[in-house]
Amino acid sequence: MTAELVRGQNHPVPHTRLDIRVSAGEPVVVAVALSDEHGRVPGAEWVAHPARPALPGVEVSRQATAGHLLAVDLTAVPSSAHRAAVLLALPTGPGCPGRFGALAAPFVSLGAPDAPGTVSYTVTGLDSEAAVVALEFYRRQGAWKVRAVGQGYAGGLAACLADQGLDRAGELAAAVGEAVAHGLARPAGADPARTAEALRAATAEGPGPAADPGPAASPTPGTNPRTADPAAPPPARTHGGPVDYTHPRRRPAVQQPPPVAPPGRPPVPVAGDATGWSVEERLYNQVWGMFEDLARTTAAYRSAVDFAASRLGREHDRVLSDPHGRVAGPGDGAREAARTRHDELTGRAREALDRDLDQLTAESRAVEPALPPAFARWDSPVWGRYRVPAKAPMALRLGDLHLPERPGLRIPMLMRLPLERGLWVDSGLGPSQSGVLPEEVPPRTLAMDTAVAHAARLIAVHPAGEFTVRVIDAAGTAARSLNPLLRSGMLDEPPAAGAAGVSAVLAKLVRRVDLVQMAVRGGAADALPPDLDTARELLIVSDFPRGFDDRAVTRLRYLADEGPEVGVHLLMVADREDASGYGPVLDPFWHSLLRITPVPDDHLADPWVRHVWTYLPPALPEYRDVLGPVLAKAAEARRARRR
Amino acid sequence: MADVSKGSAPGVNLTKGQAISLEKKGGGSLTAVRMGLGWQAAPRRGLFGTRTREIDLDASAVLFAGDQPVDVVFFRHLVSDDGSVRHTGDNLVGGAGGGGDDEAILVDLQRVPVHIDQIVFTVNSFTGQTFQEVQNAFCRIVDETNGQELARYTLDGGGQYTAQIMAKVHRAGSGWQMTALGNPANGRTFQDLMPAILPHL
Repeated sequence: MTAELVRGQNHPVPHTRLDIRVSAGEPVVVAVALSDEHGRVPGAEWVAHPARPALPGVEVSRQATAGHLLAVDLTAVPSSAHRAAVLLALPTGPGCPGRFGALAAPFVSLGAPDAPGTVSYTVTGLDSEAAVVALEFYRRQGAWKVRAVGQGYAGGLAACLADQGLDRAGELAAAVGEAVAHGLARPAGADPARTAEALRAATAEGPGPAADPGPAASPTPGTNPRTADPAAPPPARTHGGPVDYTHPRRRPAVQQPPPVAPPGRPPVPVAGDATGWSVEERLYNQVWGMFEDLARTTAAYRSAVDFAASRLGREHDRVLSDPHGRVAGPGDGAREAARTRHDELTGRAREALDRDLDQLTAESRAVEPALPPAFARWDSPVWGRYRVPAKAPMALRLGDLHLPERPGLRIPMLMRLPLERGLWVDSGLGPSQSGVLPEEVPPRTLAMDTAVAHAARLIAVHPAGEFTVRVIDAAGTAARSLNPLLRSGMLDEPPAAGAAGVSAVLAKLVRRVDLVQMAVRGGAADALPPDLDTARELLIVSDFPRGFDDRAVTRLRYLADEGPEVGVHLLMVADREDASGYGPVLDPFWHSLLRITPVPDDHLADPWVRHVWTYLPPALPEYRDVLGPVLAKAAEARRARRR
Repeated sequence: MADVSKGSAPGVNLTKGQAISLEKKGGGSLTAVRMGLGWQAAPRRGLFGTRTREIDLDASAVLFAGDQPVDVVFFRHLVSDDGSVRHTGDNLVGGAGGGGDDEAILVDLQRVPVHIDQIVFTVNSFTGQTFQEVQNAFCRIVDETNGQELARYTLDGGGQYTAQIMAKVHRAGSGWQMTALGNPANGRTFQDLMPAILPHL
């Protein structure tokens, strides 16, 4: 099992004897600072650094390289040391980058010698920093844990060490700089092939971390470690090569303040603070966790307010039923007291609610910028960096949800993919929606625009060639809304028009559902005809039921029921009133679809408390075209794949 | 009280009606507690003398504001709406165990809504067996953060009843107290117990 940590996250240490690998695009200095129970580094002798590379249980490299392997034996670390911080610093001097922002994000992994890389952390979000606390090991109830810290220091190693509580940090930093400059001047030190693997070959033989620090640090300058260790990988992997060490799925936008809360305050929220096998899953679970927390804290508040009101009512009744209370004087006093008790309770309830909402708002601020395209708002910068993904996401953002207690706190509404039910963008107007509609845009157009944005997101988050879109626009009324799809070339066929077009598209999709179902049930997926596209298909139906006869309606219902399981999905744009002629036979069809709206609407309930939530459709930025470039990239990747 | 080692040594043994203040050992207020309920099926006479029968007892927690029941946590509603009280799940065949908790209810004391001032814990026999067929029924309250048992209340011998109002956790000053109730009652689910609970509020 491997774990990718995000900033602030902690994890049990898989083994007490660890190999810690550090890779960065340029040579970096690695030091390990031990600190006492007060979190302070008591003296320079508590720091393993290039000028003094070995401490009990810890050994670092004597020089700056792009790839490090540190051998750490946590059982040998003195018991007076309660924390061990792994520090990375850039060497100073001419030709050195001087800031981590100029490098690929440093990558740190640790694991047992026989199971390397069990836990890893990419130190993202660095800019002008010249030193950074990458990881921190700490004792917790008799065991060691590791935390991804990622705290950077523009002031370099001196500032970093000073912040660890070391007196005269400047002197030590200078000594380290000197030792490193010495090392860099030597040919072996400058050789990037002093890699994790090379060092590992040397240390693996020794019983403990006090083994020979490796060929590159051996006292015979000039020895080429590459000849000493033929297993070393080519230098391009470790030194300024084209390889990007950032994790492919990791977004560099994760930039939060350091997740260390002052005592007595709630922890500073960080993105990805939930369980999961991947960053995506952790973010998904975190968003659902926020959703549940908001539902529950609001339930607590509403319950308290209801109770306060009912108690006030009962106390007033009691005053009224007491003959003495009806006269002014004692009665007024009792009423007054009841009112005070009511206000006191609702005040405390509001206080608790505000505390929780503030915490959730802070969490939302940390999480939103970290969300990948499938989960992100349309105005998120991730869309500017959009690339066609290699893998479909686990969920899709369909919009936002909020409660009246704090409308500004919006929870992403994430729906699992593949969609288990069709989507229905309601172009009719419910009673709660009058007045929210922009006047000049007819509701049908607005609904169709919204549907196209949902479809565009579905296309964008699927790998090239794994998602196709068909459109039924029987009367040709949706041409303008469909423009982004048409222009990008994502539609293989023009929107189906007229009754004949409707019938042809439905027949094709029904055949596809039937064939795939048969193949799946018969266990003969390879027997599908070659002209059958096995990509997921989305059918957008505009202006239902125009152009549909009874037979077409039956086929559509069949697709809604049977399609999702075999990769055929519906996106209906319809006003239920228009289909009222079919009577109640269509009711199950509408119920089988997930209704969303082109304007804010209160129609969704959460699964825990059943609050009524306000749904907000995803808003596209007004003055910037997001869909165009994103769809163009997706279409380009699709064409490239077909060539 | 003597210093206890982590998680193993029992806390105060309560007697019926006794109350203790819920504090961390060594001071400080508790943040989260677990009410663990356990029981064993009494040995029955039969072909094999030691044969026991599975007994489905259900633990419930009723949240009260004043004397109004506001929410209830039981096997059909495992988490209170506000999220502060969580049932770890129904145990249909409890009682075979060797003294561990058969069902547990977690209470996040810091998150209990401001108007909730008492939480009453009950156990009832869903299958209608009486407590005569149960032995060693207990409830204990454990500091969830470190596993230390704070208090334990063991029921006296069983009788011809199908439910027990075990204990309540209630606000006292700025903290919380637990009081052992140990009142027999009859009922299949907590709803039947309401009349029996109300005198204890």
